[in-house]
Amino acid sequence: MSLKSKDLTGIKELDTEDIELILDTAAGFKDVLGRDIKKVPALRGKTAVNLFYEPSTRTRTSFELAAKRLSTDVVNFSVSTSSVVKGESLRDTALTIQALGAALIIVRHPCSGAPHFLARHLEASVINAGDGTDEHPTQALLDLLTMREKRGGIKGLEVAIVGDILHSRVAKSNIYALLKLGAGVRLIGPPTLVPSCMEELGVRIFSDMDAGLEDADIIMMLRIQMERQGKGFFPSKEEYFKNWGLTARRLMLARKNAVVMHPGPMNRGVEIASDVADGRRSAILEQVTNGLAVRMAVLYLLSGVKW
Amino acid sequence: MVRVLIAEGRVIDPSQGIDGVRDVVIEDGKIKEVRERGKREGGKKAGGSRNVIAAEGMLVLPGLVDMHVHLREPGFEYKETIKTGTAAALRGGITSVCCMPNTNPVNDNSSVTEFIRKRAVQEGSCSVFPVGAITKGQRGEELAEFTMMYEAGCMAFSDDGRPVTDGMMMRRALEYSKILGAPVISHCEDLSLSAGGVMNEGLLSVTLGLKGIPSQAEEIMVARDIALAELTGGRLHIAHVSTARSVEIIRAAKKRGIADITAETCPHYFSITEEAVRNYDTNARVNPPLRRKRDVEAIMEGLRDGTIDAIATDHAPHHMDEKQREFDLAPSGISGLETSIGLSMRLVDDGVLSLTQLVEKMAFNPSAIAGLSKGTLKPGSDADVTIVDTKTEYSVDAVRFVSKGKNSPFDSWVLHARPAVTICNGKVHRWE
Repeated sequence: MSLKSKDLTGIKELDTEDIELILDTAAGFKDVLGRDIKKVPALRGKTAVNLFYEPSTRTRTSFELAAKRLSTDVVNFSVSTSSVVKGESLRDTALTIQALGAALIIVRHPCSGAPHFLARHLEASVINAGDGTDEHPTQALLDLLTMREKRGGIKGLEVAIVGDILHSRVAKSNIYALLKLGAGVRLIGPPTLVPSCMEELGVRIFSDMDAGLEDADIIMMLRIQMERQGKGFFPSKEEYFKNWGLTARRLMLARKNAVVMHPGPMNRGVEIASDVADGRRSAILEQVTNGLAVRMAVLYLLSGVKW
Repeated sequence: MVRVLIAEGRVIDPSQGIDGVRDVVIEDGKIKEVRERGKREGGKKAGGSRNVIAAEGMLVLPGLVDMHVHLREPGFEYKETIKTGTAAALRGGITSVCCMPNTNPVNDNSSVTEFIRKRAVQEGSCSVFPVGAITKGQRGEELAEFTMMYEAGCMAFSDDGRPVTDGMMMRRALEYSKILGAPVISHCEDLSLSAGGVMNEGLLSVTLGLKGIPSQAEEIMVARDIALAELTGGRLHIAHVSTARSVEIIRAAKKRGIADITAETCPHYFSITEEAVRNYDTNARVNPPLRRKRDVEAIMEGLRDGTIDAIATDHAPHHMDEKQREFDLAPSGISGLETSIGLSMRLVDDGVLSLTQLVEKMAFNPSAIAGLSKGTLKPGSDADVTIVDTKTEYSVDAVRFVSKGKNSPFDSWVLHARPAVTICNGKVHRWE
């Protein structure tokens, strides 16, 4: 069992078979995570490197823990303390890490396409842990796993993604994955942050959140990055919350059993009201757990190891 | 006396209305005559050396003129030098280049102009005509010394690479340059709309997560500069046209006939689309960015109907280390001198242009726009001749470019037009 490519650069590059394989494998690893001893020797002797060019706590920790659960040796390569600050190029850094024997390179980078660039230049497997405003494939995969658990399947679901679609790699990976698996996708947000050309992908676009939430099975809220404020995308976070914040009232507009998701970290009171974030419908903490299982699956499937 | 006979090639020279098999005779660095083939001059070879180039089955063109080239010297010699850039031009069949002022220091005064001219004479292998900056330091604040630069050898003024944002400054440039009759070459880009952009804006930029540059960033400035040319009566030349609407705006302005406007495009704008960026190929990062199919078609139509006067390369060599990195961080530009004729000949293959029109766009018109006495095979003119073999297919091998810049999205393309011989000021360069 393995993926068709040596790398996971994005959902764009996966077919449905690959996606299903990752989800099924992740479901298997979830059992491991439920055990007392949460560790298997699957990847003993392999080395993985977390190469993070952007600050990240949850994704990096999740990958680190996933690697450790598989008995992989994992090293965190933090940019500020490395020779990158001395001006080393991405390519040289990655080649150096590869020369140290890393078989799996997990990269997060502010520039879209950086993992693709590395994948072309390295023999090691490159896993995209978020690149610029391109993709965050493992986040989408964990979201899919969560939806599948909650709803039994993806096909036919109506998924509303709300917020800054333009800059959200989480949204983009989810859109590609959901469309590939046959879900309906609605994008909701201010026109400055939801490019109208995305309709060409086969999604529906709403600026009126109330209309967009009607009959939705899943509501996926995106983090609003505070640095977008003051750049003309929206006037203030108060006005943003008024138009696109998920409140208990708005939640009523969706299906009765609609699931609320958020990739975190949340801005309570900006894109999501606290009572909704902590409410019964929220799957936010399950997403985190599923993230671990999905990342174990990805590391395992890319390692080429038979278990 | 040095004589060269180019025998029995198909001579295309729009300046004399020639398209037919002729012999071209060169004497002491000048064109002596273009005559019916086989005609022998009486007496013959009375002393002096004689050099016969058999051009049967080949095209014999006036030496190509590329009015938009970055030679990078002074300041960026690691990317290109006057020596390597002009050698690359010759290899591409180009015998005259106009070099843009965004060097370091900027070519915004006569001493930099003189340096470039001198270097070109010492080390260059084709004719070099510097383009001066519109404003001092290309900062867009104060006009540069047009007259002094003109007298030192500049034939046009441009803001290339750092567009003039201020409308009043552009107005003044178009007004003031009238004393010289030299064109103002405008790089049309509204920097507030293109800010941070690295490719064409649209679904592809959104799905790649790359910041887009809308076509309107170019079109708004094309419209502005045409309006200012109409206001001032100045000579405006629009650089590297990349969008369908820009073509439309220029076409309409030419039809009105109020202003003195010309325009150029580059081979990459009629050869490839934004699709070339799909795998984050930094060699396809260029400014203005590669656009869509409908833009490519409109550019071709603009070339065909005369809206676009010239084909220039915007040759922008970069070092491999600069291009081999994250797309967002790689500089914009394509090394274009050595693929220009090969790509442009495809327009003839596709029936977009006749050979005569092609030579107009690549030699005669750019020479006229820049006020040069090039782009012609008339007797007495400089012996700049490009002999093109159109019958041998070859694969573009960017690593083997003469230019220091190997940054080409056309690497490994199969083309069939390539110079076999380039003659510049009477000096014969045979290739292979």
